[in-house]
Amino acid sequence: MNKVTSTTAEAVASIPDGARVMIGGFGGSGAPIELIHALIDRFRATGSPKNLTVINNNAGNGSIGIAAMIKAGMVAKMVCSFPRSSNAEAFNEKYLAGEIELELVPQGTLAERIRAAGAGIPAFYTPSSYGTELAEGKPTEEFDGKMYVRERWLKADVALIKGQKGDPMGNLTYRLAGRNFNPLMAMAADRTVAQVAELGKPGSIDPEQVITPGIFVDTVVEVPEPQQEEVLVRTGVVY
Amino acid sequence: MSDFNLMEDKLSNAQIAWRAAQDIEDGSYVNLGIGFPELIAKFQPEGRDVTYHTENGVLGFGAAPEPGQEDWDLINAGKKAITLKPGASFFHHADSFSMVRGGHLDLAVLGAYQVAQNGDLANWRVGSKGVPAVGGAMDLVHGARRVAVITDHVTKDGGPKLVETCTFPLTGVGCVTRVYTSLAVVDVQDGHFVLREKLPAISMEALQAVTGATLHTDGPVGDLIVPEDL
Repeated sequence: MNKVTSTTAEAVASIPDGARVMIGGFGGSGAPIELIHALIDRFRATGSPKNLTVINNNAGNGSIGIAAMIKAGMVAKMVCSFPRSSNAEAFNEKYLAGEIELELVPQGTLAERIRAAGAGIPAFYTPSSYGTELAEGKPTEEFDGKMYVRERWLKADVALIKGQKGDPMGNLTYRLAGRNFNPLMAMAADRTVAQVAELGKPGSIDPEQVITPGIFVDTVVEVPEPQQEEVLVRTGVVY
Repeated sequence: MSDFNLMEDKLSNAQIAWRAAQDIEDGSYVNLGIGFPELIAKFQPEGRDVTYHTENGVLGFGAAPEPGQEDWDLINAGKKAITLKPGASFFHHADSFSMVRGGHLDLAVLGAYQVAQNGDLANWRVGSKGVPAVGGAMDLVHGARRVAVITDHVTKDGGPKLVETCTFPLTGVGCVTRVYTSLAVVDVQDGHFVLREKLPAISMEALQAVTGATLHTDGPVGDLIVPEDL
């Protein structure tokens, strides 16, 4: 089995207009910057993919990564918990102008909706958001004397994620707190593309250390010494 | 005492955080909300072993690294660089919020715009304008054994933040168990506020006057005494 693709451009080549795209990371930690930028390159060259729904905890920072996708005009909708950052101007401008849609989801509910999709669970009950405006219109039910809100699974057409080590089977490890949403999104998308800093042979990752088993991953592309979103933002890089 | 000056004699944020830190139990798992609550870790009493949880998948983190030593893959929920203590662990977001909602945390501490006497909390937005952002607040208010709030007792205009009913959008219903303010320590019990401690210099009447709901008592009210030089 060989899931390796040689370039980030090939890895994102088949993502269509209107796709629901999960993008891993929490702020800059674990964000697959090179895959995002390959998608922006394709959009600039071909006009596609556009009208994307992007699912991420945040809504971009500065002028790189998801913020650069939004600025480029590829994103029709964000699904996130916290569309604020040290510089959220890209999202804020479009949102306040009514040019981008926002589905705001409590962070734990976002994670569980993604997990549920990957696990084949169409809906679940959570105490989070009960009695708040984010639960309006959602079914509620009492269990053992406490009220809960029913939430649906959240699926995607493609997930772009960032691992540390990978192998041709698609097995992945992560780096530090860069794990966050990445393993969940890998499970929840029809097709998962992972960029990894170190690509080894099958067996190069101790099976005891595999965090995402290869069954959840479709494409692996090696990006040695990947860029770190927070570092790019702090140095004022514009993509 | 009539000479109490509300804006000058109230506790500073650091002093409120210090008081909240005194109640963190040895051996507990604690989540400190982004911003003001993060200050509490600085005042953790010596000799108490506390494990801090952050939503983005770290248990057992420590202080910020020295400037220049940051690794931006190692951050907390506030996107600030952190360090790890021996015995730290990483996990994905679904496990992280299982720790939260599943009742595995002993204490969560959040900030507040308003707390109602039944424990309702409003802390995520003040109206319908601007860009809404909720993060993990609506999850953190559920599941922890104790959900505490630290806040100024009054708004910048001197209006009450402890109220009968929240007027700002709710974060959670009936979730707060204790409030540490710039004037007092107040428990939420059976649908009302119970005063546990107050600054010695403020009278009951003056304290009640800046509180938007009735302060009940249930036994003696202690003196809220904190170090001056924080």
